[in-house]
Amino acid sequence: MIINHPLLGPRDAQEFTFLGSASLIDRPDWQAEDALEQFSDYTYLRNDTGGENRELWFHEAGDRSWLVVTRNTFTHEITNVEMASDVARARGRSK
Amino acid sequence: MTYTNRADGSQINQPTARAQTGAHSGKTQVNRLAGGQIDQQSSINFSFDGKQYQGHPGDTLASALLANNVRLMARSFKYHRPRGVLTSDSAEPNALVELRTGARQEPNTRATTAELFDGLVAKSQNRSPSLKYDFMAINDRFSNFLTAGFYYKTFMWPVSFWEKIYEPIIRKAAGLGSLSLEEDPDEYDKGFLHCDLLVVGGGPSGLSAALTAGRAGAQVILADEDYLFGGRLNGETFGIGEQSGQDWVAATVAELHSLPNVRCMSRTTVNGAYDHGIYSAVERVSDHLPVPPEGKPRQILWRIYSKRTLLCAGAIERPIAFENNDRPGIMLASAMRDYANRWAVTAAHKVAIFTNNDDGHRTAVDLIAKGVKVAAVIDTRADAPRIADCELLAGAQVIDTSGRLGLKFIKVRLADGSERSIECGALGVSGGWNPNVHMTCHQRGRPIWNEQISAFVPGEDSIPGMTVAGAANGDFSTAAALETGSAQAVAALGDLGIKTSKIDLPQAEDAPVNIQPFWHVRHGKGRAWLDQQNDVTVKDVKLAHQENYRSVEHLKRYTTLGMATDQGKTSNMGGLAIMAELTGQSIPETGTTIFRPPYSPVAMGTWGGRARGKDFHPVRETPSHKWALENGASFVEVGNWLRVQWFSQPGETHWRESVDREVRAVRASVGVCDVTTLGKIDIQGTDAAPFLNTVYANAFAKLAVGKTRYGLMLREDGNAMDDGTTARLSEHHFVMTTTTANAVEVYRHMEFVRQCLFPDMDVQLISTTEAWAQYAVAGPNSRKLLQKIVDPEFDLSNEGFEFMACREITVCGGLRARLFRISFSGELAYEIAVPTRYGDALFRRIMEAGKEFDVVAYGTEALGVMRIEKGHAAGNELNGTITALNLGMGRMVSKKKDSIGSTMSEREGMNLPDALNMVGFKPVNSADKVTAGGHLMTKGTPVDAEHDQGYVTSACYSPILNSSIGLGFLKDGANRMGEIVSLVSPVTNLNVDVEVVNPQFVDPEGVRVRA
Repeated sequence: MIINHPLLGPRDAQEFTFLGSASLIDRPDWQAEDALEQFSDYTYLRNDTGGENRELWFHEAGDRSWLVVTRNTFTHEITNVEMASDVARARGRSK
Repeated sequence: MTYTNRADGSQINQPTARAQTGAHSGKTQVNRLAGGQIDQQSSINFSFDGKQYQGHPGDTLASALLANNVRLMARSFKYHRPRGVLTSDSAEPNALVELRTGARQEPNTRATTAELFDGLVAKSQNRSPSLKYDFMAINDRFSNFLTAGFYYKTFMWPVSFWEKIYEPIIRKAAGLGSLSLEEDPDEYDKGFLHCDLLVVGGGPSGLSAALTAGRAGAQVILADEDYLFGGRLNGETFGIGEQSGQDWVAATVAELHSLPNVRCMSRTTVNGAYDHGIYSAVERVSDHLPVPPEGKPRQILWRIYSKRTLLCAGAIERPIAFENNDRPGIMLASAMRDYANRWAVTAAHKVAIFTNNDDGHRTAVDLIAKGVKVAAVIDTRADAPRIADCELLAGAQVIDTSGRLGLKFIKVRLADGSERSIECGALGVSGGWNPNVHMTCHQRGRPIWNEQISAFVPGEDSIPGMTVAGAANGDFSTAAALETGSAQAVAALGDLGIKTSKIDLPQAEDAPVNIQPFWHVRHGKGRAWLDQQNDVTVKDVKLAHQENYRSVEHLKRYTTLGMATDQGKTSNMGGLAIMAELTGQSIPETGTTIFRPPYSPVAMGTWGGRARGKDFHPVRETPSHKWALENGASFVEVGNWLRVQWFSQPGETHWRESVDREVRAVRASVGVCDVTTLGKIDIQGTDAAPFLNTVYANAFAKLAVGKTRYGLMLREDGNAMDDGTTARLSEHHFVMTTTTANAVEVYRHMEFVRQCLFPDMDVQLISTTEAWAQYAVAGPNSRKLLQKIVDPEFDLSNEGFEFMACREITVCGGLRARLFRISFSGELAYEIAVPTRYGDALFRRIMEAGKEFDVVAYGTEALGVMRIEKGHAAGNELNGTITALNLGMGRMVSKKKDSIGSTMSEREGMNLPDALNMVGFKPVNSADKVTAGGHLMTKGTPVDAEHDQGYVTSACYSPILNSSIGLGFLKDGANRMGEIVSLVSPVTNLNVDVEVVNPQFVDPEGVRVRA
């Protein structure tokens, strides 16, 4: 596969390591009333749907950016690649 | 001239053939004709099964053997039936041979693609003692028992027979060729290529496409598996424009070679279509030579990045199944034509043709033109046209053949039902052509049935970025191939924004496809072969149907149809057509099995490339590596690192002697160990402290500048991930160490926390593992030793540089260095770091300065013994299921802050009263050993999983305690000190009594580290 890195352009997927669902960005608030339940879901529960998925890829043999890659798991078509830090900010993770 | 010993057994005078025979062919090449794309002026020698033969440059092994009247080339896999060539190309199922000798011996090579070179040694396989007399041919007599599913049905019982009786017999009988078992002396490479347009196949469509794109200035790669470009044009007599087909190919290839933007790759098979325009290809750089030229690899595995790909892979002719259709001499009609036109060879001087379409007649026409007698064209169609100047038997079928080691007679059932025997030494069979859709299915694309040509053609958009042209797309005529090749190239370049137009297309053959589908002859009870490599017959397909294995995927697995090295290139279609007949479904309803890469077999060496032997993976050497080599080190691989395990001194005969000496020396005086391999991460920024507070379970924000602290890192699920020490060099600058094994994962995890969870923290990370050489200097005399190394302005006294202190210093007169007072051994100890390029010099300086203290260098074994003696957890303990509580560090997990894993570590199940605690173990009987991996049982309880109390993770012999000792996890272990428990391993019959003790065997009060 080829991942079109937002900063570096098209790079071979061999340069990356895969982590999993981009939902890992949405880490719960440790002080929430039901923090333990939220963390359980966050750690163990995933929507297991084929088709378009948002995934976390790490450019380990490159610039060490974490990327959010939108990829169709049926066709491997990649429709969007974003910097994970931008996604995290957009999802309210700025302090 | 009279030909003797001819394949068809006849002795006839044939002056025309004599006149056309090449002058240098001599008497041995009795089947050599005139012309061909070979050099008949020069001869080369080769041997097959020990017998010497001659051929010509341009021959394949198959064509040269046929020229020498050798039709019998192999024995089949299961029944050991005598077999010859079926094809003239890579689709060959039968003629698999062993090439070369010694370490270069290569099994299962297709004689049809092996280029002849002077001195080539070839051998047949799967026979004993010889091709002509093969003991295992007895299997053929028992074929009624060896039908499809035989293995599944027969070897099921008795169960105990499998391992002892059935498996060894099957293993012995399985496989075809044999391996030399010597190391391959050749090199294999991997390479990367990029292009605008990849053209797969260099026949008329591929050449036309490459020329179109090449002239437009696009970056083009043209790849063909053959050693000659031209595809079918090499085997046909067609002209193109005013030129012969071969002249047109030569002129086109010459122009392509002149274009710097076109790369022509012959002997290169494009094997697989992967995601996003990536293709794999194998280039056989030196297979056609006795030995690769100096500095050249044998083969190259290419990874081709293409923006667009045009598949011009042509078509593969399919046979018709009839009784005993597998005798040497029976081959595809196109192969017969290839051998005559391209290699000037006929398998026999009297042949016949069996066809259901017009194309089969071409073979008759071409062979007659070459002076070969065509006894008859047998056409299944009642209205078959008369095309060749020979007898035509319309509406007839070949119903049987004879000839033990090669074809002698065919039996034909004529249109009126009468039977006739025809003498011939070779039979060309044509059941029509299948577009070569293989690669269009590599991403689960499904081909579609085209009624007009009675064959599957590629589905639309099977592979993004790939289009198909020529015969591969069902456009069978030469004119259509040229046209579609050029047109598809124009379209593909158009996608890339390169505007161009079709080339001027020369006049070419444009015959329509005229075929009446015909798959197998219904006659008698004999066997009609579909998959000749795996010995699958029409009867096997019927049996599969009868036993309800009716989907094509089941049919394939049950009968092994198409599962051989040729992947059923010539047989799949026939098998599924027969299944369609049996089920009453149409062929498209029946469907095809999935084609998967690689298109043709790839040698293991090619996949491996250079990654073998010492180059299997990169080696990381520590800064003291050279010194270690000079001083008797034994090494151990830790990931890619080579670490010293121990240093042997003269007179030491056992590793334990060396390790015990190193441990005693450290505890008595001082020792040095290279700990560079520990991961080092430099952490800087105004938020560095809060960041560390997040990744470590214990508190770090208040760590004073100039101090080091042990840190425990958890995964989000609350289990321990890694541990290490982190030093605060200044307010906003920390240096972390990780374990050697987890250096990469920890760094990745910290970047995840930084970028994905806290994107606006002001903190930067960089791995400095290889930037600093770091040595542990441990033992009561370590301070005295370091005082000789560290520049005098730095106070190393206990007050001036206390336990857990860190500082940037200089050594050896001004070299910048870092000093940490940390201890893994439990002794007074330091770790000292200098830039890596000074690492070797510093190690030597320390060893020199330490002479007066009898300093020793120690390896990972002594390091391990001392950390077990001190009760420090390491990789064995941090096994992924262990919590801070288990490690006795439950209270370290701060509840006042948010850190990774802190919330989940509060889960009830992780905090049960009988949770595992890390404890130490000593054998009750000092002669016994503590064994890592053994499980712990309360005395007197049954030894089973239900009563399991824990397990031992680390064990060693302590030369200080003169006893075997261990660390491990025991339920509620902290409250069971002094208890005697059983250490068991039912697998190894281990059962010894051990005492539960404090894991800190040495200096539990921690006096020495603070000395």
